[in-house]
Order: sequence, then structure tokens, then C-alpha cells
Amino acid sequence: MRWIVKRVIIAFLTILVAASITFFVVRSMPGDPIEALTQAFIRQYYMSYETARALAESVAPFVPKGSLLQQYIDYMSKFLRGDLGVSISFSTGTPVAELLASRIPWTVLVVATSLIISFGLGILIGMVMAYKHGSKLDSGLALLFSITRSIPEYIIALLLLTVFAFQLKWFPVRGLYSANVTPGFNLEFIADVLWHAALPITTWVIVHLGGWALGMRGSTISVLGEDYITYAKARGLPTRRITVTYVGRNAILPLFTSFMLSLGFMFGGSIFIEYIFAYPGVGWMLYQAITNRDWFLMIGTFDIIVIAVVTGALLADILYGFLDPRIRRGRMGE
Amino acid sequence: MSEKIAAKMTLGEMVKGFIEDWIIVPGKILVRNKKAFVGFILLLFYILMALVGPFIVPYPQTYVCEPYAPPTLLKWPPSLEHPLGCDYFGADIWAEIVWGAPIVLQIAFIAGFITTFIGITVGMVAGFKGGKVDAVLMAITDIVMTIPGLPLLIVLATVIKAATPWVVGLLLSITAWAGLARSIRSQVLSLKEREFIEAAKALGLPTWHIVFREIMPNLMSFIAINFIFATTGAIYGSVGLYFLGILPLTTLNWGVMLNYAYTQGSYMSLSTIHYMLAPIIAIVGLQTSLILFSYAVDEIFNPRLRTQV
Repeated sequence: MRWIVKRVIIAFLTILVAASITFFVVRSMPGDPIEALTQAFIRQYYMSYETARALAESVAPFVPKGSLLQQYIDYMSKFLRGDLGVSISFSTGTPVAELLASRIPWTVLVVATSLIISFGLGILIGMVMAYKHGSKLDSGLALLFSITRSIPEYIIALLLLTVFAFQLKWFPVRGLYSANVTPGFNLEFIADVLWHAALPITTWVIVHLGGWALGMRGSTISVLGEDYITYAKARGLPTRRITVTYVGRNAILPLFTSFMLSLGFMFGGSIFIEYIFAYPGVGWMLYQAITNRDWFLMIGTFDIIVIAVVTGALLADILYGFLDPRIRRGRMGE
Repeated sequence: MSEKIAAKMTLGEMVKGFIEDWIIVPGKILVRNKKAFVGFILLLFYILMALVGPFIVPYPQTYVCEPYAPPTLLKWPPSLEHPLGCDYFGADIWAEIVWGAPIVLQIAFIAGFITTFIGITVGMVAGFKGGKVDAVLMAITDIVMTIPGLPLLIVLATVIKAATPWVVGLLLSITAWAGLARSIRSQVLSLKEREFIEAAKALGLPTWHIVFREIMPNLMSFIAINFIFATTGAIYGSVGLYFLGILPLTTLNWGVMLNYAYTQGSYMSLSTIHYMLAPIIAIVGLQTSLILFSYAVDEIFNPRLRTQV
């Protein structure tokens, strides 16, 4: 059990270090929230600088005061108690935690769905590639996937937006759900939410499918060479059983860690996709916080992403230890 | 070619050996490997475009395109004079692609170089020194690896005032080196136990000789592959930051073109789609050329695979 405690402490330290770094980086940003809000008013309502500035002064009570060190100590002590401060210019006065709580489910929905789809499809395709190792199909798919894996997701998102939202009009252009459906647990609402999430999910699947398929292909090929597979064949076990329980299960195991890590990283990497599809999740929130120079919202959003990534990595480590009997025995002995 | 043999050779033989090692053998490998050959030609095209292009193609001035027809004042489709058409500001898109190429490539190679350099240095020192140095370096590496790269990059980018290729390249490296450092360290740890290293140590050869003459050649193909991945990662990151408009848009970068194409809504209509497609094709082509070229890297740099040519 000692290694779990050690991992938890390291994870906690990572979160603290990341939160501290962002605090100082964000606070050394050029431009202050009042000025950013002033500029936004000028752009939006064509006000004169004086009027806009006077209006923007309303956020002043929420702008932190005192020396930077004092602000840091203040922020960190609140952070440790789960208080992320209040938004300054994006939604003046609203607690950051509240703003984020309403965004997180949407990002989780998109990220989790696309991860499950791309992982499942990737595993299947990767196994087929490994069984047909060296064939035209295998090398063709390997080439295709190594290229799709290197295409940035914002490019795929832009192309999907152009073709399926604007040209074919099969999917909506922006947003979480249509204005005319009542949010709640009813079929109409769920279908509408999925319809809106379809393009963001497809983008993720296209970007990640290649990685899973290539990973599974490599993993399966090395498992196929193991003695216990030869032995299982010699025992005359049905092919189906060998493929599923002997090859499949053992080949998936090394990919499991990346699966857990991806969950956190996709959570943090959702900024491009959510920006392009105007899908108000966590990544969209980070973009809004930056363009509004909303300090606490920026730090808070970043911290939430770090917590998600670190927790994912921690869970991956712990669960992997239990899934792999070799590691389980080694660690229990500690 | 090992150093000791080279020392006894005449200059002519050395040049001949160099040409043999770095031009003829890689050339043969490239000709045999069709994917890598295509990638190499494509990459060469991009490099030529970046080096020579700005001398041939005039700088993309705004409002050089004559209005096409009054109702479609802001739509300049491809024509003979402007092969890729013009953008919203009446600037020639082909010229923008050409003038953007050196900036995109500079950032990519600078970031690739710095990332690889930090990764090798940290990994080598950690692997060689061991003990407390190793523990501290790996603790830092672990923390950098776990902090989500893209959001950190975006937050850090907002602080930047002067976005020169060096600054942007350095910025992109901050979050990218950790993975390479970890794998270099584990490679060094396994190589350290091998007989030829033990033999070099027993001969009393200096540490720099062991590092640069014995260990490095064995890691070369690994390092070269990682350099290419660092470059593609930097293209993804830098173009993305410009696309979001987080880095100042005052430069000619394909990401800036993508930003204008998106914010001006060129994706809404087929008559303006070429504003967006031009940078997209340029980026995808560059990424593809690097990935295809990487297929030959292992053969070119791996001393054991080379002997088979």
C-alpha cells in the first residue's frame, strides 16, 4: 500500500506546483481585466473610451489587491479549501467553481464518448491488422493512420464544420442543444444533445483512432509471438477463444495506461474543438477566460484541467497495478 | 566511421567517406523506400519554398487584387494571375503561403532542436549520474510530463510580447521535452550495462568519449525519429496558437491565415472556401512529408541496419 500513498503525495505536489506556476504566469500577463473589459465594450457597443472605462470600473471590487505574494498566499489557501475565487470580467462576481461546474459535464460527455468509440474501433482494427500482418490492407492502414494521427484536430474540425454543418447541413453549426427542446431526462433532449455533440465527437475519433489501432497492432503482434499462444493452439482451443481471451486481453493491457491518460489529456486538449464548434465546455471556457483577461477564471480552469489529468494518471497507475498480476504481486510485497 | 580510423585518413579519403556515409548510402535507402522518397521530395519542396520563395514571389501586399465583380466584392477565386485566389484583404494567397513557409519551418526546426537538446541532456545526465541527480531530474520530468501541455502552452503564450521564431520555438519546447528525456534515460540505463560500454570503461576512456562515440551512435536513429516528432508537434502547436489568436497576429504564418479564414467565416460558402483550404493543404502536406520521411530515418541512422545496404 505504500506505493499508493507515495503516488498520491506526488500527484498532490504536481497539482500544487502547476497551480502556483499558473498563478504567477497569469498575473504577469500584459493587460488587466478592467482594460480588457473596456476594450470589449468599445468593440461591442461602439462606446467612447471614457464611458466604456466607467462601465468597466464596476468589476473593480473583484480585482485582487495587495502585494503579489499576499495575493498568492490568499489564493492558495482558498484553493486548498476548494474555493477558486470569483470571475472578474467574463461573468463579474460569479464564483469560478460555479461557472466551471456547469461546463465540465459537456466536455466529459464529448471526451468520454469519443474515447470509448475510438478505443473500441481502434482495438478491433488493430487486431485485424496484426492478424493480417504484412498484407496490403495492413500496410495501407498503417500508412493512413500514421498520417491521420499527425493532422491537427483543428484542421479536421474545420473540414467537418464546412462539409457536414454548412454544405450538407446534416449537423448544427454551434451550441450544446437546440433552443426549442426542454432540458431534462427525455428522449428528445438526449437525441438533440447527441446531434450537437456528433461533430466534436467525430473529430476526436478521427484524430485518435490511428493511435489506438497502431498501438493495438504492435501489442497484438508481440502477444502472438508468445509461447502461451502457441501452447493454447496446440491444446486445440477454439480460435475464437484464443483471439478474445488469450490474445485480446493480454494485448489490451499495455494500452490501458494510455487510455486513462488520454481521458485527462483530451479534457485539457478540448480547446480547439470547442472553440471551432462553439461548444461551451471547459476548453471553450479557457478561451473565453484568456480573451477576457479574467485572471481567476483562467487559473481556475487551468487548475481543473490539471486536477483531471493528474487524477487520470494516478488512477491509471493504481488500476494498472491491480490489473497486471505481475505488478500486483511485486507491489503487495513492498 | 570511427574517430581513430578517420585520424589516419587523408583529407580526400575523409571527404569520400563523408559523401559515402551521408549522401550515397542515405540516397540508396531513400530510392529503395518509396514512402520515404515521396516524403523527402515533398519536404525538399517545402524547404526550397521557404529558402528561395520569398526572393521570387513578391511580398503579399493587401488590396492588390482587382475587385472581381461588384456583387462579389470580397470574393477573389483562383485566377491565372492569382493561382490560389485572394483573401479578404485582397492579398494574394499563394504569396502568403510562400512567405509563411520560412516562419512555420523556422519555428518547427528551432522547437524540434531545443526539445531534442533538452531531452537528450536531461536524459543522459540522469541516466549517467544516477543517485540524487537522477531522482531530482526525474521528479521534475514527471511533473512536466503530467502538467497538460496544450493548456499550459496557451496560458504561457499570453505572456509573450515579441513572438519571434526563437521565442515561439522555446515556448513550444518547454512542455515537449519530458517524454524524450524519460526514454533517453531508460535507453542509457540499458546501454550502460552492455559489454562494449563496460569494455570502454575498462580501457579508461574518458566519459565524453563514452557518451559521444559509444552511446550516441546507438541512440542516433531514436533521436532522429524523436526530432521529427518534435517538429510535427511544434507545427501543430504553433499553428494552433496563431489560429486561436493567442500569439500576436502580426506575422505571416499559416496559422494566422487560418485564424482570419475562420473569424471571417470563409467556411460558410464554397466561394470563399479557398481562403481556408490553402493553409490547410500547406499544413497537412508538411506534416505528411515529415511522417513519410521518418520511415527511412531508422535505416539511415541505425548502424546495424546500415550495413545491410
